[in-house]
Amino acid sequence: MTARPAPGGAAPGPDPLWVRLPQAFRIPFSGMRREIATAVIGLLASIAIGSVLMLIAGKAPGQVWWAMLSGTVSDPSLLGQALYKATGLALTGLAVALALDAGLFNIGAEGQLTAGVVVCALVGTALPAATPAAIAVPVCLIAAAAAGALIGSVIGVMKAARGAHEVITSFMLNAIVSGLALFLGNRVMFRNGTTTGAPIAPGAELPHLGIGGSSANASILVAVLAVAVVWWLRARSTWGRTWRAVGQSPDAARTTGTSIGKVQVLVMIGSGALAGLAAANFVMGNKHAFEEGLGRGTGFTGVAVALLGRMHPVGVVIAALLLGFLSSGGVAVSDVVPKELVEMLPGVVVLAVAAAVPLVRRMEAA
Amino acid sequence: MTQLLTTVFSLAFVAQVLRIAVPYALAAMGGAVTERSGVIDLALEAKLLFGAFAAAAVGHVTDSALLGLAGGIAAGVAVAAIQAGCALVLYADQVIIGIALNVIATAGTRFLLQILFHEGANSPPCPAYGDAVLTNPIVWLAVIATAVLPFALRRTRWGLRLRAAGDRPDALIAVGASPRRARFAAALVGGALAGAGGAQLSLAVGGFTADMSSSRGYIALVMVILAGWRPARAVLACLGVAAAEALSIAFQITDIAVPSELVGLLPYVTTLVVLMIVVARRPPASLGRV
Repeated sequence: MTARPAPGGAAPGPDPLWVRLPQAFRIPFSGMRREIATAVIGLLASIAIGSVLMLIAGKAPGQVWWAMLSGTVSDPSLLGQALYKATGLALTGLAVALALDAGLFNIGAEGQLTAGVVVCALVGTALPAATPAAIAVPVCLIAAAAAGALIGSVIGVMKAARGAHEVITSFMLNAIVSGLALFLGNRVMFRNGTTTGAPIAPGAELPHLGIGGSSANASILVAVLAVAVVWWLRARSTWGRTWRAVGQSPDAARTTGTSIGKVQVLVMIGSGALAGLAAANFVMGNKHAFEEGLGRGTGFTGVAVALLGRMHPVGVVIAALLLGFLSSGGVAVSDVVPKELVEMLPGVVVLAVAAAVPLVRRMEAA
Repeated sequence: MTQLLTTVFSLAFVAQVLRIAVPYALAAMGGAVTERSGVIDLALEAKLLFGAFAAAAVGHVTDSALLGLAGGIAAGVAVAAIQAGCALVLYADQVIIGIALNVIATAGTRFLLQILFHEGANSPPCPAYGDAVLTNPIVWLAVIATAVLPFALRRTRWGLRLRAAGDRPDALIAVGASPRRARFAAALVGGALAGAGGAQLSLAVGGFTADMSSSRGYIALVMVILAGWRPARAVLACLGVAAAEALSIAFQITDIAVPSELVGLLPYVTTLVVLMIVVARRPPASLGRV
């Protein structure tokens, strides 16, 4: 994931102005500060690009941003909806971040999430209606995580055994899973002409939080728990040390006896499981059934969450809340600017943060 | 079954394979050129999609398919310029840029549809080349590019510098040339090819539909990798993909019962299986490193 400055890129010349200017102020960047600086610069650049898009749409950017902010804050149901989106995004963002920490770019979170949604709903429907929550909830959670992990493991194995680029296999699997989901929906799950399946067992339902009648639900606990576990593994365990070593310097990790392939497969299993768990938010927490297109886009936006959160679990939570808020803000201004504008912003964030990473590194090197 | 066979062994089927192959082939050649210079080209999908949109939009406004093609090529070049700018000037991670541009393309083309035509998913009609093969300039462009590119890469100064930038950038610096300039040139030519491929998508049917590239860019890139980054072989691989796609369409008009949702997955499953079996050749030595 690193942009190497040399072997023979451009001939070394004087740094451009945008690098020299911050250098003149001697901003001290190190560790956490560097990551925060990267996220902030990326975010500011995204806002600037978003403003240009609003100008293209013929609207005053200041007014649109303000309408997003005030419209969302003043409406409890939109705030709750932001929390609902953020719950799913935190899990897919964590999935992408975990893989990226180990040097793998898992854009397959979308497919892993869909697999989780389908299997979670299938298992939830198959459970007898009288199943107590103490059994039904864990069973459905495990089913969702396992489905995501299965898809993730395919990507990991193909990377480790065949050297197939994970972005390409992820993308193929996304398409395959979404087609299979539609097939299963049409043949097995959808009920008489609708695009909704049978309801899951009542015991597997997670209650809504009741924020302004929004979809925010108790699966937020699942997300918080997942964040805590990944944080602990990443910062305090030898596993975390190993996967980050593989991400930062695979050759060094290999020299010290780490099996790169094994780590890659395990990390992809974990990443897929996290993305699959996001199904809890959509199936168990909100719709209580399989629905065509449920949770769609959460996997791709998870890429933006992971990059903006700088792969740190806490950063991921902040980024998830931010992008969840943005999605609600998009609803708040839907009669002012086309909704496609807001849908472009996660992609813009990814681009801007990717461009900010080497920029900050060069400032730091000064 | 006989119905299927008579469909397959007809001139119309061959023409259909060619028509389907053109976007894949142009995108693959664009990807091969860009990657040979050392720039990872995951943004092929974005170039196809923006190319298709621009071709339909310009074609609709000017009522000329040829100008539409020019618009598609320009859009491909524009996306490539953004991509190369982020990669070669800002040194951003090339894989991430590609993904970001693809995500932006999906929403961005629909945004432009909304802004320009107040439409949600379909552009207003534009002139179409339709089923014609021999009178379609994009087909000829693909044929000519297939013939000329391998020669250009091997024999011209442009091709030599391009390959040097991808394999031995230090050698290029030693002779006083700039790898960055060579990569920029390669990326822009690659973008033009992919943009033309996108133009075929919309100009063949006379209009743009949201997401009409349907991951052809990714499949084209896989073909580039399988072909060992050699453009002519990549085109050959794309003809194979196109034949498979035409066959799956032929399947649907026969009475052999295969669920339509699953037939549509054929290209992805095939690509995945091929990736499982074939181990890629060595990529250009400095691919992805700036």
